[in-house]
Amino acid sequence: MAQAAVAHVEGQQHPIKLYLVVWGWLFVLSTCSYLVDYFGIHGYLRWSLILLFMILKAGLIVAVFMHMAWERLALMYAILVPPVLVLVFVGIMVFESNYTLFTRIIFFGAGT
Amino acid sequence: MTDAALANTGAALTRPTGWRGIVADWSSDQRAFKNVSWGKAMMWIFLLSDTFIFSCFLLSYMTVRSSTTVPWPNPSKVFALTIGDTTIPLILIAIMTFILISSSGTMAMAVNFGYRHDRVKSAVLMLVTAAFGATFVGMQGFEWTKLIMEGVRPWGNPWGADQFGSSFFMITGFHGTHVTIGVIFLIIVSRKVLRGDFDREARGFFTSRKGHYENVEIMGLYWHFVDLVWVFIFAFFYLW
Repeated sequence: MAQAAVAHVEGQQHPIKLYLVVWGWLFVLSTCSYLVDYFGIHGYLRWSLILLFMILKAGLIVAVFMHMAWERLALMYAILVPPVLVLVFVGIMVFESNYTLFTRIIFFGAGT
Repeated sequence: MTDAALANTGAALTRPTGWRGIVADWSSDQRAFKNVSWGKAMMWIFLLSDTFIFSCFLLSYMTVRSSTTVPWPNPSKVFALTIGDTTIPLILIAIMTFILISSSGTMAMAVNFGYRHDRVKSAVLMLVTAAFGATFVGMQGFEWTKLIMEGVRPWGNPWGADQFGSSFFMITGFHGTHVTIGVIFLIIVSRKVLRGDFDREARGFFTSRKGHYENVEIMGLYWHFVDLVWVFIFAFFYLW
Protein backbone atom coordinates (compact mmCIF):
# COMPACT_ATOMS: atom_id res chain seq x y z
CA MET A 1 0.00 0.00 0.00
CA ALA A 2 3.01 2.27 0.43
CA GLN A 3 3.46 1.58 -3.27
CA ALA A 4 -0.01 2.97 -3.95
CA ALA A 5 0.85 6.33 -2.46
CA VAL A 6 3.86 6.58 -4.75
CA ALA A 7 1.96 5.40 -7.81
CA HIS A 8 -0.68 8.08 -7.39
CA VAL A 9 1.64 11.06 -7.42
CA GLU A 10 0.80 11.40 -11.08
CA GLY A 11 -1.63 8.72 -12.12
CA GLN A 12 -0.65 5.08 -12.38
CA GLN A 13 2.98 4.72 -13.44
CA HIS A 14 4.47 1.29 -13.75
CA PRO A 15 7.33 -0.05 -15.85
CA ILE A 16 6.39 -1.10 -19.40
CA LYS A 17 8.09 -4.43 -18.75
CA LEU A 18 5.35 -5.36 -16.29
CA TYR A 19 2.70 -4.95 -18.99
CA LEU A 20 4.72 -6.99 -21.47
CA VAL A 21 5.14 -9.82 -18.95
CA VAL A 22 1.39 -9.86 -18.23
CA TRP A 23 0.68 -9.76 -21.96
CA GLY A 24 2.93 -12.79 -22.41
CA TRP A 25 1.17 -14.67 -19.63
CA LEU A 26 -2.23 -13.89 -21.11
CA PHE A 27 -1.02 -15.39 -24.39
CA VAL A 28 0.23 -18.50 -22.63
CA LEU A 29 -3.00 -18.93 -20.66
CA SER A 30 -5.16 -18.40 -23.77
CA THR A 31 -3.11 -20.98 -25.64
CA CYS A 32 -3.56 -23.40 -22.74
CA SER A 33 -7.34 -22.95 -22.70
CA TYR A 34 -7.44 -23.39 -26.47
CA LEU A 35 -5.39 -26.58 -26.19
CA VAL A 36 -7.96 -27.95 -23.74
CA ASP A 37 -10.41 -27.89 -26.65
CA TYR A 38 -7.85 -28.90 -29.28
CA PHE A 39 -6.90 -32.10 -27.45
CA GLY A 40 -10.54 -32.80 -26.69
CA ILE A 41 -10.21 -33.12 -22.91
CA HIS A 42 -13.62 -33.92 -21.44
CA GLY A 43 -15.49 -34.13 -18.19
CA TYR A 44 -14.50 -32.52 -14.91
CA LEU A 45 -10.87 -32.05 -15.97
CA ARG A 46 -12.02 -29.93 -18.94
CA TRP A 47 -14.33 -27.76 -16.86
CA SER A 48 -11.85 -27.21 -14.07
CA LEU A 49 -9.05 -26.35 -16.51
CA ILE A 50 -11.29 -23.90 -18.39
CA LEU A 51 -12.32 -22.22 -15.13
CA LEU A 52 -8.74 -22.13 -13.86
CA PHE A 53 -7.35 -20.44 -16.98
CA MET A 54 -10.36 -18.10 -17.12
CA ILE A 55 -9.91 -16.94 -13.53
CA LEU A 56 -6.15 -16.48 -13.93
CA LYS A 57 -6.66 -14.40 -17.11
CA ALA A 58 -9.42 -12.31 -15.55
CA GLY A 59 -7.29 -11.76 -12.45
CA LEU A 60 -4.29 -10.58 -14.46
CA ILE A 61 -6.38 -8.19 -16.55
CA VAL A 62 -8.16 -6.66 -13.55
CA ALA A 63 -5.13 -6.53 -11.24
CA VAL A 64 -2.46 -5.23 -13.61
CA PHE A 65 -4.04 -3.84 -16.78
CA MET A 66 -6.88 -2.13 -14.89
CA HIS A 67 -4.51 -1.23 -12.01
CA MET A 68 -6.83 -2.66 -9.38
CA ALA A 69 -3.84 -4.07 -7.47
CA TRP A 70 -2.69 -0.54 -6.66
CA GLU A 71 -6.08 0.89 -5.70
CA ARG A 72 -7.23 1.35 -2.11
CA LEU A 73 -9.17 -1.50 -0.54
CA ALA A 74 -12.34 0.65 -0.35
CA LEU A 75 -12.57 0.70 -4.17
CA MET A 76 -11.35 -2.89 -4.59
CA TYR A 77 -14.05 -4.32 -2.35
CA ALA A 78 -16.78 -2.01 -3.69
CA ILE A 79 -16.16 -3.26 -7.23
CA LEU A 80 -15.03 -6.87 -6.76
CA VAL A 81 -17.41 -8.13 -4.06
CA PRO A 82 -20.79 -7.48 -5.81
CA PRO A 83 -19.97 -9.69 -8.84
CA VAL A 84 -19.20 -12.57 -6.46
CA LEU A 85 -22.85 -12.41 -5.36
CA VAL A 86 -23.79 -13.38 -8.91
CA LEU A 87 -22.82 -16.90 -7.80
CA VAL A 88 -25.99 -16.94 -5.68
CA PHE A 89 -27.96 -16.18 -8.84
CA VAL A 90 -26.08 -19.01 -10.58
CA GLY A 91 -27.17 -21.36 -7.78
CA ILE A 92 -30.81 -20.28 -8.12
CA MET A 93 -30.79 -20.78 -11.88
CA VAL A 94 -29.12 -24.21 -11.63
CA PHE A 95 -32.03 -25.27 -9.38
CA GLU A 96 -34.54 -23.72 -11.74
CA SER A 97 -33.13 -25.31 -14.89
CA ASN A 98 -32.90 -28.72 -13.25
CA TYR A 99 -36.57 -28.42 -12.40
CA THR A 100 -37.44 -27.31 -15.94
CA LEU A 101 -35.48 -30.23 -17.39
CA PHE A 102 -37.24 -32.61 -15.01
CA THR A 103 -40.71 -31.39 -16.00
CA ARG A 104 -39.82 -31.50 -19.71
CA ILE A 105 -38.70 -35.11 -19.43
CA ILE A 106 -41.78 -36.06 -17.38
CA PHE A 107 -44.40 -34.33 -19.54
CA PHE A 108 -42.91 -34.23 -23.03
CA GLY A 109 -40.62 -37.24 -22.96
CA ALA A 110 -36.90 -37.10 -23.64
CA GLY A 111 -35.59 -35.92 -26.98
CA THR A 112 -38.33 -33.51 -28.00
CA MET B 1 -18.38 23.50 -7.87
CA THR B 2 -14.79 24.29 -8.67
CA ASP B 3 -12.49 22.08 -10.66
CA ALA B 4 -9.97 22.04 -7.84
CA ALA B 5 -12.47 20.26 -5.64
CA LEU B 6 -13.07 17.66 -8.35
CA ALA B 7 -9.48 17.14 -9.36
CA ASN B 8 -7.87 17.14 -5.89
CA THR B 9 -7.89 13.49 -4.95
CA GLY B 10 -6.15 13.97 -1.62
CA ALA B 11 -3.38 11.54 -2.51
CA ALA B 12 -0.82 13.46 -0.49
CA LEU B 13 -2.40 12.54 2.84
CA THR B 14 -1.37 9.36 4.59
CA ARG B 15 -4.36 7.19 5.22
CA PRO B 16 -4.91 3.96 7.13
CA THR B 17 -4.64 0.75 5.13
CA GLY B 18 -6.29 -2.66 5.31
CA TRP B 19 -9.67 -3.11 6.99
CA ARG B 20 -9.15 0.05 9.03
CA GLY B 21 -8.68 1.83 5.72
CA ILE B 22 -11.99 0.53 4.35
CA VAL B 23 -13.85 1.63 7.47
CA ALA B 24 -12.09 4.99 7.54
CA ASP B 25 -12.72 5.63 3.81
CA TRP B 26 -16.38 4.68 3.87
CA SER B 27 -17.22 6.44 7.12
CA SER B 28 -15.36 9.62 6.25
CA ASP B 29 -16.87 12.81 5.01
CA GLN B 30 -17.28 13.80 1.34
CA ARG B 31 -16.01 10.80 -0.58
CA ALA B 32 -15.41 7.09 -0.16
CA PHE B 33 -12.85 6.64 -2.94
CA LYS B 34 -10.00 8.70 -1.57
CA ASN B 35 -7.32 8.76 -4.22
CA VAL B 36 -9.55 8.12 -7.22
CA SER B 37 -11.15 10.91 -9.23
CA TRP B 38 -14.88 10.82 -9.83
CA GLY B 39 -14.39 10.10 -13.50
CA LYS B 40 -12.51 6.92 -12.70
CA ALA B 41 -14.82 5.90 -9.87
CA MET B 42 -17.86 6.33 -12.10
CA MET B 43 -16.26 4.29 -14.88
CA TRP B 44 -15.67 1.49 -12.37
CA ILE B 45 -19.29 1.69 -11.21
CA PHE B 46 -20.50 1.65 -14.80
CA LEU B 47 -18.34 -1.41 -15.47
CA LEU B 48 -19.84 -3.06 -12.40
CA SER B 49 -23.33 -2.51 -13.80
CA ASP B 50 -22.16 -3.83 -17.17
CA THR B 51 -20.79 -6.89 -15.37
CA PHE B 52 -24.30 -7.60 -14.15
CA ILE B 53 -25.72 -7.25 -17.65
CA PHE B 54 -23.25 -9.74 -19.09
CA SER B 55 -23.74 -11.98 -16.06
CA CYS B 56 -27.45 -12.07 -16.82
CA PHE B 57 -26.77 -13.00 -20.45
CA LEU B 58 -24.39 -15.79 -19.49
CA LEU B 59 -26.80 -16.97 -16.80
CA SER B 60 -29.71 -17.14 -19.22
CA TYR B 61 -27.45 -19.05 -21.60
CA MET B 62 -26.55 -21.46 -18.78
CA THR B 63 -30.22 -21.88 -17.92
CA VAL B 64 -31.43 -22.68 -21.45
CA ARG B 65 -28.46 -24.94 -22.11
CA SER B 66 -28.91 -27.00 -18.96
CA SER B 67 -32.70 -27.21 -19.18
CA THR B 68 -33.05 -28.38 -22.79
CA THR B 69 -33.62 -32.05 -23.53
CA VAL B 70 -32.09 -31.65 -27.02
CA PRO B 71 -28.28 -32.00 -27.25
CA TRP B 72 -26.39 -28.70 -27.43
CA PRO B 73 -24.44 -28.15 -30.69
CA ASN B 74 -20.71 -28.84 -30.20
CA PRO B 75 -19.03 -25.39 -30.34
CA SER B 76 -15.71 -27.02 -31.17
CA LYS B 77 -17.22 -28.27 -34.47
CA VAL B 78 -19.58 -25.36 -35.12
CA PHE B 79 -16.73 -22.83 -34.96
CA ALA B 80 -14.16 -24.98 -36.77
CA LEU B 81 -12.59 -23.61 -39.93
CA THR B 82 -11.26 -25.59 -42.86
CA ILE B 83 -8.01 -24.01 -44.00
CA GLY B 84 -6.61 -25.82 -47.02
CA ASP B 85 -7.44 -29.44 -46.32
CA THR B 86 -7.26 -29.45 -42.54
CA THR B 87 -10.21 -28.64 -40.32
CA ILE B 88 -8.98 -26.88 -37.18
CA PRO B 89 -11.44 -26.69 -34.27
CA LEU B 90 -12.34 -23.25 -32.89
CA ILE B 91 -9.40 -21.61 -34.70
CA LEU B 92 -11.14 -18.35 -35.61
CA ILE B 93 -12.25 -17.81 -32.02
CA ALA B 94 -8.70 -18.50 -30.80
CA ILE B 95 -7.31 -15.90 -33.21
CA MET B 96 -9.97 -13.40 -32.08
CA THR B 97 -8.95 -14.05 -28.47
CA PHE B 98 -5.29 -13.35 -29.22
CA ILE B 99 -6.21 -10.17 -31.12
CA LEU B 100 -8.27 -8.85 -28.21
CA ILE B 101 -5.54 -9.68 -25.69
CA SER B 102 -2.99 -7.89 -27.87
CA SER B 103 -5.26 -4.86 -28.03
CA SER B 104 -5.38 -4.85 -24.22
CA GLY B 105 -1.58 -4.92 -24.12
CA THR B 106 -1.24 -1.94 -26.46
CA MET B 107 -3.94 -0.09 -24.49
CA ALA B 108 -2.10 -0.61 -21.19
CA MET B 109 1.05 0.85 -22.76
CA ALA B 110 -0.93 3.77 -24.23
CA VAL B 111 -2.09 4.65 -20.70
CA ASN B 112 1.49 4.48 -19.48
CA PHE B 113 2.85 6.74 -22.22
CA GLY B 114 -0.08 9.09 -21.65
CA TYR B 115 0.97 9.65 -18.05
CA ARG B 116 4.52 10.29 -19.27
CA HIS B 117 3.05 12.98 -21.59
CA ASP B 118 4.43 11.16 -24.62
CA ARG B 119 1.62 12.24 -26.92
CA VAL B 120 2.67 10.54 -30.14
CA LYS B 121 3.40 7.12 -28.61
CA SER B 122 0.21 7.20 -26.55
CA ALA B 123 -1.97 8.17 -29.52
CA VAL B 124 -0.34 5.67 -31.89
CA LEU B 125 -0.75 2.84 -29.38
CA MET B 126 -4.40 3.78 -28.96
CA LEU B 127 -4.91 3.75 -32.71
CA VAL B 128 -3.24 0.32 -32.87
CA THR B 129 -5.67 -0.78 -30.14
CA ALA B 130 -8.56 0.58 -32.21
CA ALA B 131 -7.25 -1.28 -35.27
CA PHE B 132 -7.10 -4.54 -33.30
CA GLY B 133 -10.63 -3.87 -32.08
CA ALA B 134 -11.89 -3.20 -35.60
CA THR B 135 -10.22 -6.42 -36.79
CA PHE B 136 -11.97 -8.30 -34.00
CA VAL B 137 -15.36 -6.89 -35.00
CA GLY B 138 -14.59 -7.73 -38.64
CA MET B 139 -13.85 -11.34 -37.74
CA GLN B 140 -17.02 -11.47 -35.71
CA GLY B 141 -18.90 -10.22 -38.76
CA PHE B 142 -17.30 -13.05 -40.76
CA GLU B 143 -18.32 -15.52 -38.05
CA TRP B 144 -21.92 -14.29 -38.04
CA THR B 145 -22.10 -14.40 -41.85
CA LYS B 146 -20.73 -17.95 -41.91
CA LEU B 147 -23.18 -19.16 -39.27
CA ILE B 148 -26.18 -17.43 -40.85
CA MET B 149 -25.28 -18.97 -44.22
CA GLU B 150 -25.16 -22.38 -42.54
CA GLY B 151 -28.69 -21.84 -41.28
CA VAL B 152 -28.24 -20.65 -37.69
CA ARG B 153 -31.17 -18.50 -36.60
CA PRO B 154 -32.25 -17.23 -33.18
CA TRP B 155 -35.07 -19.80 -33.32
CA GLY B 156 -33.16 -22.81 -34.66
CA ASN B 157 -30.09 -24.36 -36.22
CA PRO B 158 -29.17 -27.56 -38.08
CA TRP B 159 -27.18 -29.19 -35.27
CA GLY B 160 -29.20 -29.28 -32.08
CA ALA B 161 -30.93 -27.22 -29.41
CA ASP B 162 -32.81 -24.22 -30.82
CA GLN B 163 -31.59 -21.98 -28.01
CA PHE B 164 -28.03 -22.09 -29.37
CA GLY B 165 -28.71 -19.39 -31.97
CA SER B 166 -30.46 -16.95 -29.66
CA SER B 167 -27.74 -17.29 -27.00
CA PHE B 168 -24.99 -16.90 -29.58
CA PHE B 169 -26.41 -13.81 -31.29
CA MET B 170 -27.38 -12.18 -28.01
CA ILE B 171 -24.07 -12.65 -26.21
CA THR B 172 -21.61 -12.09 -29.06
CA GLY B 173 -23.79 -9.32 -30.50
CA PHE B 174 -23.80 -7.38 -27.26
CA HIS B 175 -20.08 -7.90 -26.81
CA GLY B 176 -19.40 -6.82 -30.41
CA THR B 177 -21.42 -3.66 -29.79
CA HIS B 178 -19.22 -2.90 -26.80
CA VAL B 179 -16.09 -3.39 -28.89
CA THR B 180 -17.47 -1.13 -31.64
CA ILE B 181 -18.29 1.65 -29.16
CA GLY B 182 -14.80 1.20 -27.70
CA VAL B 183 -13.18 1.60 -31.12
CA ILE B 184 -15.11 4.83 -31.74
CA PHE B 185 -14.10 6.29 -28.36
CA LEU B 186 -10.49 5.16 -28.80
CA ILE B 187 -10.31 7.19 -32.01
CA ILE B 188 -11.85 10.22 -30.27
CA VAL B 189 -9.49 10.03 -27.26
CA SER B 190 -6.40 9.43 -29.41
CA ARG B 191 -7.27 12.51 -31.45
CA LYS B 192 -7.49 14.52 -28.24
CA VAL B 193 -4.13 13.18 -27.06
CA LEU B 194 -2.50 13.95 -30.40
CA ARG B 195 -3.89 17.49 -30.40
CA GLY B 196 -2.49 18.05 -26.93
CA ASP B 197 -5.90 18.62 -25.34
CA PHE B 198 -4.74 17.01 -22.10
CA ASP B 199 -1.57 19.15 -21.93
CA ARG B 200 -3.61 22.36 -22.18
CA GLU B 201 -6.41 20.88 -20.04
CA ALA B 202 -8.90 21.67 -22.80
CA ARG B 203 -12.51 21.25 -21.78
CA GLY B 204 -14.43 18.26 -23.15
CA PHE B 205 -17.19 18.85 -25.70
CA PHE B 206 -19.70 16.90 -23.65
CA THR B 207 -18.87 17.37 -19.98
CA SER B 208 -16.99 20.71 -20.31
CA ARG B 209 -14.64 19.40 -17.63
CA LYS B 210 -10.92 19.94 -17.95
CA GLY B 211 -9.17 17.08 -19.70
CA HIS B 212 -6.33 15.18 -18.05
CA TYR B 213 -4.22 12.20 -19.07
CA GLU B 214 -6.34 10.24 -16.63
CA ASN B 215 -8.98 10.24 -19.40
CA VAL B 216 -6.72 7.81 -21.25
CA GLU B 217 -6.68 5.52 -18.24
CA ILE B 218 -10.48 5.71 -17.95
CA MET B 219 -10.73 4.81 -21.63
CA GLY B 220 -8.33 1.95 -20.88
CA LEU B 221 -10.56 0.69 -18.08
CA TYR B 222 -13.46 0.35 -20.51
CA TRP B 223 -11.29 -1.36 -23.10
CA HIS B 224 -9.80 -3.87 -20.66
CA PHE B 225 -13.32 -4.62 -19.46
CA VAL B 226 -14.34 -5.53 -23.01
CA ASP B 227 -11.38 -7.92 -23.08
CA LEU B 228 -12.36 -9.23 -19.65
CA VAL B 229 -15.90 -10.03 -20.80
CA TRP B 230 -14.47 -11.90 -23.77
CA VAL B 231 -12.44 -14.08 -21.37
CA PHE B 232 -15.70 -15.22 -19.79
CA ILE B 233 -17.55 -15.61 -23.10
CA PHE B 234 -14.63 -17.62 -24.51
CA ALA B 235 -14.65 -19.93 -21.49
CA PHE B 236 -18.38 -20.40 -21.06
CA PHE B 237 -19.78 -20.19 -24.57
CA TYR B 238 -17.00 -21.47 -26.82
CA LEU B 239 -15.06 -23.90 -24.64
CA TRP B 240 -17.65 -25.33 -22.23
